[in-house]
Amino acid sequence: MSANEFLPLAVIASSLLPGLIIFVLPERYLALRTTLNLLGATAKIVFIAILLAGVQAGESYGFRHAIAPGIELVFKADALSLLFITLSAVLWLLTTFYAIGYLENAPHRSRFFGFFSLCVTATMGIAMAGNLFTFFVFYELLTLSTFPLVAHRGTSDAKRGATVYLAYTLIGGACLLTGIVWMNSLAANSEFVHGGFAAAIGSGNETALRIIFVLLIIGVGVKAALVPLHGWLPKAMVAPAPVSALLHAVAVVKAGAFGVVRIVDEVYGAEFAQSLGLLLPLAIVAAVTILWGSLRALAQDELKKRLAYSTVSQVSYIVLGIAMFGPLGTIGGLVHLVHQGVMKITLFFCAGNYAETLGIHKISEMDGVGRRMPATTAAFSIGALGMMGAPLTAGAISKAWLVDGASAAGMEWAIWVLTASSLLNAAYFLPILWRAWFRPPTGSWPEELIARRKWHETAWLLLLPPLITGVLTVALGLFPDAAISPLTWARFIADAEYLTLPK
Amino acid sequence: MPAMIEVFALVGVFTVPLLWAALAFLLGPGRGAWLAISGSIVQLFLALILARNVLADGPASHATGGWGAPLGIDLYADGLTAAMLLLTQVVALPIFVYARSYFATGSPAARHFWPLAGFLVAGMNALYLANDIFNLYVTLEIVGLAAVALIAAGGAATQVAAALRYLFAALLGSGAYLLGVALIYGTYGSVSIATLTPLIDATAPRAVSIAALLMFAGLMLKSALFPFHFWLPAAHGDAPAPVSALLSALVVKAAIYLCLRLWLGPFAPLVQVGAWVPGLLGAGAILWGSAMAIRTPRLKLLVAYSTVAQLGYLFLAFPLLTPGAAVLGAVTLQAIAHGLAKAAMFAAAGIIIHSTGRDTVAEVAGVAERLPLTLFAFALAGVSLMGLPPSGGFLAKWLLLDAALNSGHWAIVAVIIAGGLLAAVYVFRVVRLAFLNLPKELVEDQKHAGRPVPRTLEWMAFGLAAASVLLGLFSFQLLQLIAVGNLP
Repeated sequence: MSANEFLPLAVIASSLLPGLIIFVLPERYLALRTTLNLLGATAKIVFIAILLAGVQAGESYGFRHAIAPGIELVFKADALSLLFITLSAVLWLLTTFYAIGYLENAPHRSRFFGFFSLCVTATMGIAMAGNLFTFFVFYELLTLSTFPLVAHRGTSDAKRGATVYLAYTLIGGACLLTGIVWMNSLAANSEFVHGGFAAAIGSGNETALRIIFVLLIIGVGVKAALVPLHGWLPKAMVAPAPVSALLHAVAVVKAGAFGVVRIVDEVYGAEFAQSLGLLLPLAIVAAVTILWGSLRALAQDELKKRLAYSTVSQVSYIVLGIAMFGPLGTIGGLVHLVHQGVMKITLFFCAGNYAETLGIHKISEMDGVGRRMPATTAAFSIGALGMMGAPLTAGAISKAWLVDGASAAGMEWAIWVLTASSLLNAAYFLPILWRAWFRPPTGSWPEELIARRKWHETAWLLLLPPLITGVLTVALGLFPDAAISPLTWARFIADAEYLTLPK
Repeated sequence: MPAMIEVFALVGVFTVPLLWAALAFLLGPGRGAWLAISGSIVQLFLALILARNVLADGPASHATGGWGAPLGIDLYADGLTAAMLLLTQVVALPIFVYARSYFATGSPAARHFWPLAGFLVAGMNALYLANDIFNLYVTLEIVGLAAVALIAAGGAATQVAAALRYLFAALLGSGAYLLGVALIYGTYGSVSIATLTPLIDATAPRAVSIAALLMFAGLMLKSALFPFHFWLPAAHGDAPAPVSALLSALVVKAAIYLCLRLWLGPFAPLVQVGAWVPGLLGAGAILWGSAMAIRTPRLKLLVAYSTVAQLGYLFLAFPLLTPGAAVLGAVTLQAIAHGLAKAAMFAAAGIIIHSTGRDTVAEVAGVAERLPLTLFAFALAGVSLMGLPPSGGFLAKWLLLDAALNSGHWAIVAVIIAGGLLAAVYVFRVVRLAFLNLPKELVEDQKHAGRPVPRTLEWMAFGLAAASVLLGLFSFQLLQLIAVGNLP
């Protein structure tokens, strides 16, 4: 096996193997479990760094394994997959630290970390899937391995949330499967390629291809939380904070959004999808989702629920960008895939800190929390400002590209949608910031679990991850053109998709 | 001499279990576990040799005693045979290891288990190798009687009642089949499949059509196709766990194998027009079996009804079975994946019931804490039954969907998709209980009340479940093997 075949497998194995070992570890082997987790997460980042350098230099990485005659498991680490992989791997490392702090002395940690590693493995598989079959395999694996994490707390609420999650994702998966097998029966080969493969079988199959597109988008739309398929996301917020942070802000919803990218750009091809008249309806669904998510967020008092609806809205920025016909929108969508992940995980880390330190779950309990937990609240503020698209944050960069993309595609209405969403974001984030910083504390916190000691507002393992992602949010906003920034990488990808990228 | 080894494998694979069954009988009640386990290892080895040879050199055959058909008995193994033999040994071996521990705790069913299990396996292995419709009848009867006896051996009233009901169904089924064989023999003067296949064509006399009808009806009764499934839930649900596993994973497959052989072989010219009948009944089985599995309060009954549903997929595919298509691979893979997963699920259910002493779904909530590996095995087996990737059940479902879409059978597509979702309902009905937090006192209570479970039991259930999942990643050679032979 050559190194070019080995690396994609190593990226998968670096979370799969620790996960499998952790399952059989007895609960008390704390140190070994932590070492395994961190070793896996670090090794993964090393492997990815090698891949990044290689892909930039024009190397291609891939691995294939024939499961049955005519059915292959295909992995390829191309520029697009690396965008998603890098995001997930870096955030996985941070979340692992966070989770170790968060779950100190909680029961069932082996089970938790085992499934957590499986989820990350599934995400890696989704990112590197080279054909629809492989994509589906890991997409469903993600469903199965997230279920135990949502149900983890074992309360009847958790059970209900997990059941709702399953109902949505399994039905979505059934649509996806039908679409994929149908597509496979039309096209002999369903490997992802730049410009898509559907155009080659287009003539005479237009209607079938339109129906397949709808089936596929419903399938991935459930995880991307497109309205009206978003109902599971707020309910899944019963999960522990690290799960909400990594999975429901990054891995799971991004798996859906990433699926949209692959389907539009590399199954159908943006141009062919446009000629079938599929992109405009998709853009409209995304726009509705953006507005509906923001509107519903306004009405939530529970912090995590408000963040969840905000995720519903923000993930569709990506879909909207992809559905805009033209390279600028694609770049905007891709770069937001990374930026939104970094910003939203910051917010969820902070929400977890409030809950773990002071027992705060509701926004109405947050009066004056900025004085008690200044560092956490500062990170939260950066994340919130980023979501609004405030200057000097990552959010501003993605929004600027999306707006440019909309005007280039002649979709002025989309600019209005984005503006309205920014205003709504401000309307549901600013009151939180105002409460946290400017209202006096009400006297006592709901349940102070971690006492304050001098500079020590909460446990270090809980505090550092949001601070790092907060700093990252600003850094991405300040240096968007750095050689290794997500923006540079997104342009690198769009370059290949649209051969006529304006310089 | 490869030919010698091949003959050795063909003959050995059903004489070895006969041998250890007889020895176990002589040793006396409850003894012979190690004989069975070592015998099964030999059988597995022989089945592997046979599979390798068939894959490399094509179908294998042997005229026993030097007398070929039509006078003597021909043993014949193509890819399908080799695959079914592999399934039988691969499931039987871990289930026997499981049974040894399971019965070590003292159960009346243990008294006669080993000899009967030996005859059961010998009958199945011989059935897969038989190449004439009369010997197929004989082996089918051996399998049926051994299975009935295994259920009744526990001696409980419910078990005896279930066994009797099964006995009547089995006798009625094989009776109808035998009548069909007589009609065929009367018409053509031969029972050899190889002789009959070129003789029977669309212009065959009416007696042949009636014979085909009788034989298929009998076999459908024996394979518990909806609505002839009435005997299965009680029989599989009330038997001791290792017996349930053997019955659900293997025994019903023997009758279905026979259906496939006849459908694609001698009766192929007659049956194409009627293909919608098994298809429709299969769809009914999937929906009805799943609905019942979703409703029943008993754990083992849930698993048994799941068998009714899963067997439906095998018949649902009959309209797609045209000579030359790859559907046979999909059907056989489904049979194999279900065999592994169902054996694992019954094994896991047996552990749970053994530990709690009660056969209810609700009881699962309490045992997850103590038996995580068992629950994990149950869930993994469930993944294959739901047809979710990566698992053998998924690959089979994918191939079936592909075949159905390619031939424009939309109704079949819809049933397969719906069946997967319904399976998810009954699987997660059990699995989600594993995550429930119970009050502390209750957990402590159950810790003391629960009977200890030998580790071997848990690992056997897990091994079978893991195999059903891994099958989804490594089926290339298996599917190639199934395609070998005179079948499409």
